[in-house]
Amino acid sequence: MCRIGAIKSKRYLHPSKALELMRSQQKGHDNSGFAFVMQDLGGVFENYKELPILSMACTNEGMHIAEDILHSIGFVRIMQWAPDVRNDITGLNIEPMPNYVFQVFNYPHSYKYAPQEEKEALLLNTRLKLRKALEQADEGYVYSFWPDVLMLKEIGDPRDIGTYFGLWQENKDFCAKIITAQCRQNTNYDIVRYAAHPFFLQGYTALANGENTFYEKNKLFQKKLHKGYIGFESDSQCFLYTLHYVNKILKWPLKYFKHVITPLPYDEILSRKDAEILLRIKASLAHLEVNGPNSIIAVTPDGTLFTTCDSKKLRPVVVGKTDDTVIITSEVTGINELMPDRDISQDIYPNEREMVVVDNDLNIERWNQ
Amino acid sequence: MEPIDTRIIKTNDISKNDLKWQIEYNPQRCTLCGKCCAACTFNAIEFKVERRRRVKSTGALPKPSVTWESEPVVKQIIRKNKNCVGCGMCQKVCPNEAIKPVYNEHNRVNVIHRAENAESPKRGGRTNLHTEGRTLDKIKIGRISQMTDPSLDAMRHTFDILAPFGRVLPPEKLPFTVDENGDLQMTDSAPNTRWIYPIIIGDMSIGALSTRMWEAVAMAVAYLNEVVGLPVRMCSGEGGMPLKLLKSKYLKYMILQIASGHFGWDRIINAMPDMVEDPAGILIKIGQGAKPGDGGLLMAKKVVRHIQEIRGVPKSDLLSPPNHQGLYSIEESVQKMFLSMNSAFKFRVPVAIKVAASVTSVSVYNNLLRDPYNIVGGFFLDGIAGGTGAAHEVSLDHTGHPIVSRLRDCYLAAVHQGKQGQIPLWAAGGIGMNGTLAADAFKMICLGANGVFTGKLILQIAGCIGNDYGRCNACNTGLCPVGITTQNKTLVDRLDVDKVAQNIVNYFIATDTELKKLLAPIGNSSLPVGRSDALVTVDKNVATRLDIQHVC
Repeated sequence: MCRIGAIKSKRYLHPSKALELMRSQQKGHDNSGFAFVMQDLGGVFENYKELPILSMACTNEGMHIAEDILHSIGFVRIMQWAPDVRNDITGLNIEPMPNYVFQVFNYPHSYKYAPQEEKEALLLNTRLKLRKALEQADEGYVYSFWPDVLMLKEIGDPRDIGTYFGLWQENKDFCAKIITAQCRQNTNYDIVRYAAHPFFLQGYTALANGENTFYEKNKLFQKKLHKGYIGFESDSQCFLYTLHYVNKILKWPLKYFKHVITPLPYDEILSRKDAEILLRIKASLAHLEVNGPNSIIAVTPDGTLFTTCDSKKLRPVVVGKTDDTVIITSEVTGINELMPDRDISQDIYPNEREMVVVDNDLNIERWNQ
Repeated sequence: MEPIDTRIIKTNDISKNDLKWQIEYNPQRCTLCGKCCAACTFNAIEFKVERRRRVKSTGALPKPSVTWESEPVVKQIIRKNKNCVGCGMCQKVCPNEAIKPVYNEHNRVNVIHRAENAESPKRGGRTNLHTEGRTLDKIKIGRISQMTDPSLDAMRHTFDILAPFGRVLPPEKLPFTVDENGDLQMTDSAPNTRWIYPIIIGDMSIGALSTRMWEAVAMAVAYLNEVVGLPVRMCSGEGGMPLKLLKSKYLKYMILQIASGHFGWDRIINAMPDMVEDPAGILIKIGQGAKPGDGGLLMAKKVVRHIQEIRGVPKSDLLSPPNHQGLYSIEESVQKMFLSMNSAFKFRVPVAIKVAASVTSVSVYNNLLRDPYNIVGGFFLDGIAGGTGAAHEVSLDHTGHPIVSRLRDCYLAAVHQGKQGQIPLWAAGGIGMNGTLAADAFKMICLGANGVFTGKLILQIAGCIGNDYGRCNACNTGLCPVGITTQNKTLVDRLDVDKVAQNIVNYFIATDTELKKLLAPIGNSSLPVGRSDALVTVDKNVATRLDIQHVC
């Protein structure tokens, strides 16, 4: 089983917190990888909130390929930061890539006055182009190309990955207010970096603990919905794409995500005022329903963090809070590790029909479906 | 001794060993009660007297004496046609097991019937050729949840076993806006979709069925809905329905069928002002899987007075043409027939279409998927193993298309266009023919069907003794020995209507349990439409054709 975790804070946090969060839950995962997404960045990235950041792991040749593509489109690099990796330590269980790139770019000149939607389309198209080029050449992985977001996915023991990237030492240059993380490569499919949670698309992040048994039908439907819905290296990507589709493409409020993935039973719908709406969602989005055991943690572009789960509540998830931080994770041991002094009576164990939603002021709302 | 003159045998005479069914009779067990002859609706047996020659010798040396006796017996009647159909009623009523029909695999009926009568044999039932084996039996539900995801508990968990009937709009076409409270609101009308049980009782008309049989099905459906809580729908078949039912609240469980003969529709239209409920749907029948390209046929002998009344016709052979006379293209049918049927009920009632599975099914479905008016509410696809009340045997045995791969093709065609689920797919044609409706339905759903419909099985539940190995299949004769497909009052009286309704209800309750027993192991609480990853087969060809996992 996976263990997943998310920290959202009023302060900037270093990813070491994510490592600590996941380490205490390590009995529940197989220590086969570590991946995290940082959003609402501080440190060296704090002054570049509006500009896209490329997160990439690649070879030298991969660097050239990416630079050529970015240059040809008109992107201009204005800042880059790389982790200080520890090549000198031997015996680490990690399969590192030669380069880990976090670069900030200026948009091409022609996009100076472009509307937001056009910029977003450009970033998506560029990332897809980069990914395709690097995939064809087998020279690396492009994780994200989006403002105020960093992503790293690595194969190996999370402790060793932490050591290799120097993630155990807190560092003010490299921090964020939202960090989502997971410590396992998926078991159902090949171990490839793209298959590791969290998954990210245009400001949306999702990670899941469980098994989406409607993967096949989700996948077949999603493939035709949006060009960003690619890969499908893991059944959990379907959660991200559905979230993106419902909230960004259809522009429906977030609460309808739950109605799409776990529609209420028919009789229950009939007893509600919004029965007509819910029945139409149930019919039109039938192929985005999920089944199987799942708990999901996700972040939306405005920084909202939430969790929800399958209709039978077959996987654990817990929410803990202090005055300046909220943690959502698979097991309470993780929260105990980071917030030993919190009021545990305020911990939330969501039920099968709930979404627990955390806004930017760390107000927690429990939405009943 | 003189040699027997073989010339006295007329080789062209039909004899018992030419027949498909031979009556095996044991006079020593027979009490001559006469029940068998009374029960045989086909007049295939009769009382006869046979002469017996008894030779007796009582002394120490052979000194035979001959006496003659006459013995009353039951004997098979041998004709050029209309012989024993093997229904077994004689056996059923015999108190002493003295008589039974036995299948004669060396029969010459296929040749004799045509040669003697200059007539193409007609019968009911379904294809009797077993050339390909059942694909569904080669498929297993093999993706069982073990450690990665838990199986559910069929007895404890809740399941949502429902399927859409009606046009489903693509998500981006839903007329939704977000109001000031962050709630979605409808800003325009949209096609009506009904959520019903994923198994529809297929279209069998009053006329083809005895009125009592049809009534039993209707009673079962009402009970399933109102008492058991399963929203099962039944289709009227082409031939209308009693006015009383049209004007009752139970109409909401009925899908009205219109076929090329339009039988019953003047009564339906006349009843519309008095309807207190909308029907569950309208089904336009283009073709039938059991006899694709062939029209409907109700023999005059079944068009008795009450059937004339319901259909609004005189007593005569009732033929539905092979095609709808006013339609010449898919697009035109959408514009003309779908539109008029939709508008007849002011767009509240879903209108679907039933076609026989064919090499062209995907083209038809593709065309319908492009339906610009959003008025095509379902695509019913009927395969070769479906049943019928009357058809030429050549059609039954030699025309048609297996349902499984064609259903799969239609689903994948929709997937290819990103339109899966927009026009719900319903499949039929031998679904449940082995008595295992739940398993067949479940596999079809995994292959992409939203639901299935079944007809012949319902008759078997009611007591039909016909099978796919030549037994009975005499629905066309009006002499149905169990009172199901006849309008003969005496025969209909054989049918215990309440018992039939009860058995249908029981069968659906059992099927519902079985569906849960199939959903639970794969960890699904709602129907796995298109979940082909749940299926495996040991047959490589089946795996390749259906794009499911091959296992061995």
